[in-house]
Amino acid sequence: MCRPLLIALSAALTLGVLAAPPALAQEDTGPLRIEITEGVVEPMPIAVAPFFDAGGGAAMVAQVQQVLTDDLTGTGLFRTIANEAQIAPPDSFEAPIAYEDWRAVNAEALVTGAVSVTGDVVTVRFRLYDVFSGQPLGDGMQFDAPVDGWRRAAHKAADQVYSRLTGEAPYFDSRVVFVNETGPKDARLKRIGIMDFDGENQKWLTDDATLVLSPKLSRDGKRLLYTSYETGFPRVMALDIDTMAEVEVPTDPQTMTFGPRFSPDGRWIIFSREQNGNTDIWQMDPSSGAARPLIQGPFIDTAPSYSPDGTRIVFESDRSGSPQLYVVSADGTGEPLRISFGQGRYGAPAWSPIGDLIAFTRQDGDKFHIGVFGPDGAEEKTLTESFLDEGPTWAPNGRVVMFTRQTPGGDGVARLHSVDVTGRNMRPVTIEGAASDPDWGPLLP
Amino acid sequence: MTTIRMSAAKPAAALVLALGLSACAAPPPPPVVVDPYAGTAGGGAVYTGAVPAGSLNGTAEYFRTNVGDTVLFDRDQTTLNDGARTVLARQADWLQQNGSFSTVIQGHSDEQGTREFNLALGARRAGAVQEYLISRGVGANRIRTVSYGKERPAATCSDESCFSQNRRVVTVVQPGAGT
Repeated sequence: MCRPLLIALSAALTLGVLAAPPALAQEDTGPLRIEITEGVVEPMPIAVAPFFDAGGGAAMVAQVQQVLTDDLTGTGLFRTIANEAQIAPPDSFEAPIAYEDWRAVNAEALVTGAVSVTGDVVTVRFRLYDVFSGQPLGDGMQFDAPVDGWRRAAHKAADQVYSRLTGEAPYFDSRVVFVNETGPKDARLKRIGIMDFDGENQKWLTDDATLVLSPKLSRDGKRLLYTSYETGFPRVMALDIDTMAEVEVPTDPQTMTFGPRFSPDGRWIIFSREQNGNTDIWQMDPSSGAARPLIQGPFIDTAPSYSPDGTRIVFESDRSGSPQLYVVSADGTGEPLRISFGQGRYGAPAWSPIGDLIAFTRQDGDKFHIGVFGPDGAEEKTLTESFLDEGPTWAPNGRVVMFTRQTPGGDGVARLHSVDVTGRNMRPVTIEGAASDPDWGPLLP
Repeated sequence: MTTIRMSAAKPAAALVLALGLSACAAPPPPPVVVDPYAGTAGGGAVYTGAVPAGSLNGTAEYFRTNVGDTVLFDRDQTTLNDGARTVLARQADWLQQNGSFSTVIQGHSDEQGTREFNLALGARRAGAVQEYLISRGVGANRIRTVSYGKERPAATCSDESCFSQNRRVVTVVQPGAGT
């Protein structure tokens, strides 16, 4: 259903012509760089000059530029300078940059771009300039994509701008699986969808005839695990995203299984398994169906999440009397170490794909929060607060978290929101309809 | 029955038509009455055996409204309180008397708490009910449990008045003796 996209990464543009080497300026100012820390309050002003039609691209120029601009401003780290304020936009993609005119409008960085369409292929090119040092920030780049995949080419270009200005890994060209919700609160209909990270290009992976919960992607984004009530009882199911083929996950029909995740290498599935009222965490080899208990005991153990290197698992357990988070080695040996000691109850942990943080849901009184702390529970930070926030999932670069926010009452609605790790930039994900249980997939190749 | 009525109606209609042509002011004739039992052997009801008293109550509807299908739990709790035990004792008696029914025990939670923990919490509540029913003599093979967590609230407001109704286990009985 989702065609593979060929993206040609090429730094083929002759930037040497444009870039006089201003070695002194570089020494004086250092490379232009915005840090994602709590100190970033004012977004960096950047200019995106009107993109050029480089042949056949007239119909697409504006929308490519819009997607790139939305990606960058959506981070909360940048604000763009309006076209009207721009003194002297270049005449062409190859024209020299009048840095002083951009300094005059306080642009710290400048993005130029060009779009062309040849047959079924759209080509997006961009260049990035450090206005104050008066030099390009790296080579320009060109991305080729099928015409109907133009958004991905725009995301790829925006990713490069973001990455060069922040030093962080890119994340815009990625997809999110989620649960679409319709119907009344006491009889919700749910189906699993997949969309671009910005809510575009929604497609449905299941219909709403069967209650489905908590979809989770494999690290390569090609396989999906979820919980389905197709048999009347919650059961772990798997789906091949490209072929849409359902893959049987062999589980004991006398038990309930739910909340599955793939290990980072894709070899294992860990999931919650209930028997006689007690829920433990089990591990399964999906190729053979062989399964074994990993974390056991007469308490609720659920919601496991692997560390990105696959050596440890963080999970939710009420073994201390209330739900808290614990870390244990991925083979289940050794005593689980409790890492949550703040006010309230902790759950639904998600280990960041870069390993430095664990995101979680924290309930304190009648408020819910999304928070993060280190894998040892240190340096806890609360990012959000509402009647009901839950189920964080990480952007592939580990700097942004997406989660579900449910409003109270009988007509309460679930919506997806994202927040960066500073907690300063929270915003709704713009999609039609109610949605919950997001799981953010990998950066696409 | 249907064929009896149709065969009776045709002559009656013909009769009305005939009367209408000859004497308009005459009152309509009385309807033709056919004894539905006429022609059956014995001509009436025949005693064929006694009906056990229990089966008069042996419907899922009776179970739901008279025995009580729902027990409630205190916040975060999965142990049975006295009120729950009273209802469950009645359920166990009913299930013993109605051996042809199997049951699915549905565990639920309120919306406080995360999705997966609430699934586990509902499962634990269902497990507590299952264990009690088995201890009262209901065969384990007639019972299955399922948890819906917070997915299927009974009441939809977002305060304790609804939460207390949603922390529940519902015993659903259905004909068929189980596995």
